[in-house]
Amino acid sequence: MAKYILQRLGYMVVTLYLIATFSFFLMKMLPGSPLRAKEKLSEAQQLIVLEKYGLNDPVPVQYIKYIGDLLQGDLGISFQMKNQAVTDILLNRIPISAQLGLYALLIGTTVGMLLGIAAAIKNNSWVDYSANFVSVIGISIPSFIFAGLLQYYVGVELGLLPIAFWGTWQQAIMPTIALAIFPMAIAARFMRTEMIEVLGSDFIVTARAKGLNETAVLFKHGLRNALIPLVTVMGPMAVSLMTGTLVIEQIFSIPGIGEQFVTSVMTDDFSVIMGTTLFFAFFFVFIILIVDVLYGIIDPRIRLAGGKD
Amino acid sequence: MDKEKLNNEKLNKDLFVPAKKDEAKREEIRRPSLSYWQDAWIRLRKNKGAIFGIALLIIVGILSLVGPHLNENDAYQQDLGHSRMPPRVPVLENISWLQLDGTKSDEFQAATVEEAEQKALLRFSIDDLEYVEFELVDDGTGSEPATVVGHFDVYAEQDMDEIYYWFGTDTLGRDIFTRVWTGTQVSLLIAFVAAALDMIIGVAYGGISAYYGGRVDNVMQRFIEILIGIPNLVVVILMIMILEPGVISIIIALTITGWTGMARIVRGQVLKLKNQEFILASRTLGSSNTRILSKHLIPNTLGMIIINTMFTIPAAIFFEAFLSFIGLGLQSPEASLGTLINDGFKSLQTNPHIMIFPAIVISLIMIGFNILADGLRDALDPKMRK
Amino acid sequence: MENILEVKNLHVSFDTHGGEVTAVRGVSFDLKKGETLAIVGESGSGKSVTTRAIARLIPSPPGRIKEGEILFNGKDLAKLKEKQMQQIRGKDISTIFQDPMTSLNPTMKIGKQIMEGLMKHQKMDRSLAKKKAIELLDLVGLPDAKERVDQYPHQFSGGQRQRVVIAIALACNPQILIADEPTTALDVTIQAQILELMKDIQRKTESSIIFITHDLGVVANVADRVAVMYAGKIVEIGTVDEIFYNPKHPYTWGLLGSMPTLDNEEESLVAIPGSPPDMLQPPKGDAFAPRNEYALEIDNELDPPMFKVSDTHYAATWLLHEYAPKVEPPAAVKKRMKGFGNTGASPISKKGDD
Repeated sequence: MAKYILQRLGYMVVTLYLIATFSFFLMKMLPGSPLRAKEKLSEAQQLIVLEKYGLNDPVPVQYIKYIGDLLQGDLGISFQMKNQAVTDILLNRIPISAQLGLYALLIGTTVGMLLGIAAAIKNNSWVDYSANFVSVIGISIPSFIFAGLLQYYVGVELGLLPIAFWGTWQQAIMPTIALAIFPMAIAARFMRTEMIEVLGSDFIVTARAKGLNETAVLFKHGLRNALIPLVTVMGPMAVSLMTGTLVIEQIFSIPGIGEQFVTSVMTDDFSVIMGTTLFFAFFFVFIILIVDVLYGIIDPRIRLAGGKD
Repeated sequence: MDKEKLNNEKLNKDLFVPAKKDEAKREEIRRPSLSYWQDAWIRLRKNKGAIFGIALLIIVGILSLVGPHLNENDAYQQDLGHSRMPPRVPVLENISWLQLDGTKSDEFQAATVEEAEQKALLRFSIDDLEYVEFELVDDGTGSEPATVVGHFDVYAEQDMDEIYYWFGTDTLGRDIFTRVWTGTQVSLLIAFVAAALDMIIGVAYGGISAYYGGRVDNVMQRFIEILIGIPNLVVVILMIMILEPGVISIIIALTITGWTGMARIVRGQVLKLKNQEFILASRTLGSSNTRILSKHLIPNTLGMIIINTMFTIPAAIFFEAFLSFIGLGLQSPEASLGTLINDGFKSLQTNPHIMIFPAIVISLIMIGFNILADGLRDALDPKMRK
Repeated sequence: MENILEVKNLHVSFDTHGGEVTAVRGVSFDLKKGETLAIVGESGSGKSVTTRAIARLIPSPPGRIKEGEILFNGKDLAKLKEKQMQQIRGKDISTIFQDPMTSLNPTMKIGKQIMEGLMKHQKMDRSLAKKKAIELLDLVGLPDAKERVDQYPHQFSGGQRQRVVIAIALACNPQILIADEPTTALDVTIQAQILELMKDIQRKTESSIIFITHDLGVVANVADRVAVMYAGKIVEIGTVDEIFYNPKHPYTWGLLGSMPTLDNEEESLVAIPGSPPDMLQPPKGDAFAPRNEYALEIDNELDPPMFKVSDTHYAATWLLHEYAPKVEPPAAVKKRMKGFGNTGASPISKKGDD
């Protein structure tokens, strides 16, 4: 297991390094510079600015400097926002996104699991059909449409909830729901198929043959075995939450990392784009690692074998 | 046990002779044998959801082709005089709850009824109340403020009684009906091309990797593992930034990230098949590589490929819409479902119809593809219901 | 000896998309205390369904007991409520399943899987149940039982897992043990060990065993009586000797003829032609008639009743009717019948452990 984790950590570092390099050179290829909005500056002033961002050096020197800074956790300075360090910007905004993402993940998976379990137990009944309907809708309709509709009907028309910003619990409700719908649908449908499969397996018959009551069979033997694979969809869910926060934060004007990313893309704030990209990549790779390790820990079959497949 | 005594009289002695042998009947298989595809088709046909999905997609597909030609309006032609017209459809305009009657409605509250009515002037940006009909909800004499609902007949005000904008017009006076179907065409095109490219690259990569195995497979898999470690979102956004937004660059960005899923599935399937007895048997009988590939590996992988492609298409449609929505996809005036929703979202609070129609269409397409893909998966591979 | 179980005219059917499939069509037999009854037949003959119906383990829907009685100590199990049945299942009637690789819960320690039944039926507390679980593992011949109770199924080999499955089934000293092809999924040498284990346990516990198999070698080894099933019916039932040395039903002849022996120099294995009928539309008359070399015209008209051969031996074939022409079993089968005693058809090894 330890060897496996080390190997995975190695991959993680390589991946992150490649992404850092890739995004660095992509940025160099792009037109535009931090000076674009500052055309009125004199040449001497421009030089000072370029010097400040280290943009006067040849590209290889910039690259080495960039990687060196990166290793020390320094992501550079924002091109657009008055000398703010990218690290600070990210650190200010990550907690908000994390909070939103966590709410959505918890609510989404919990509701989804319950739906999926109910659908599996009452297979081919109206419970199953309605759960299926809900999950098809949840998977099909893009989160930004949900967000828009919620904002318009619940926020504007009915005036029940605040339509923007972040801080009070009322403000958290609509973005959380909009963001939770996709993970909910995924969890529901995954849980349903997993549970149906588990309930059809031989050891469930063994459990029944012992004379256990149906509740014990379903929950002690069925649920645990069906829950273990749910961990594997956590990776895709993390991705969906990332794409989700990008639009949801924009729609509800939530000062999180997603909203920041969209703004920086719009304003060619390259250092922030690169910083955020790296953060997303790190987050993603980290989640995948956690998922794999977690899977190994909770599934006794993998625990000793030391790795999947 | 002594039933025979009871029945003895009824039994015909003549029947106790050896029966005529019917060799054909003995080996007869009572149900007709069906090929894999026939069987799959029967299962798919029984799946009401999948049939509904197919019907939905056919309707949307036809509309996206003929829709832009159903009226004289052009998708790009602006007419500021006709901006923000609400939807109005002949016949259906008489069914009030559909709200396709060409009016805008809103509720107004103030201290008195008159004041409430005056508020409508500002809301509808008009100078007089000639074309506004009011419905009294509360006359304001009680504890509640005076409340009226105003129905503003935009078409009458603009003197356009003869004109029908079925889905209304956007902020620049473009016909939304025409734009929605033009946009659907663009979105579907992006999705189909991206899915086809994913399929070609993925099948080739996965197939080669699995078929040759050994070191080739090892190197190809390490490469894919690193690629999968990079979040799609990041790659797509970076690609779009250097490629300049446009149909081609969206397709490229989607393909760069999309093919890995297909490659992994095809590799897994081919690896599994490669060592199965029927392939070994075929090899033992002296079949060539080409024959094994074309007669065994490809047909047995095709189901998985189709299923995966069916899931790629809605994912691509979603990603295009997502990119356009955050301003990285197509740019207005180009129409795609994403740009239309983005445009509509900006004026959602005053003119919801601009966003509603493209949102409905994209949702229908997504639902159609998703349930069709589900149905296909159940039909083509009953064991793989995940 | 007294009957512990009497099955009368049992019908079990399943609702499928194609229609109702009657998998068991009027099965009757009894089981005496301490005896082993083997049920043999091809796949799909209804032998597993019959025993699952006895333990009321038929998933419903789609399956249901349509008709008949299952009298266990005089109590009709077919009419019990699920809650009452749970008190009997695992306590009085236990089941050993075919595939030890899949019949254990992969995420639960095997000790816990054995303890569950004890804690439910014998109201033992955790520590007592664990002690008993270790004893049971000892009983089924698993070495190092103390450490192994805390291991998971994947840490056991196939034969060891089947021992665990047997331990689970034995936990509450059941009166009836249903063994549903308990050795089919195992290696031949392991098969012999498991059979020995079961015989040994039966001697110690005096429970009755219903043993399902399609392996006649196993039958000769373990059974006191044999029921032959075809297409959802018992076609012949009798003691082992009667079935092996004096079979009356052409299907039994076929089964015996298709069994390899050690002294058949001339390669005279006889296959039963054709395949079992589609139970969606069971044929009129005798279901075996289309595959039967000795079929009579009446087989196509009427299903034969059970004819009595001796007090313990019955067979459902018109050949036993007084009007029927005299028919001799095929030579190959006759030869086997004579030489059965020294064919070595029961591969018993008395070797030690796994």
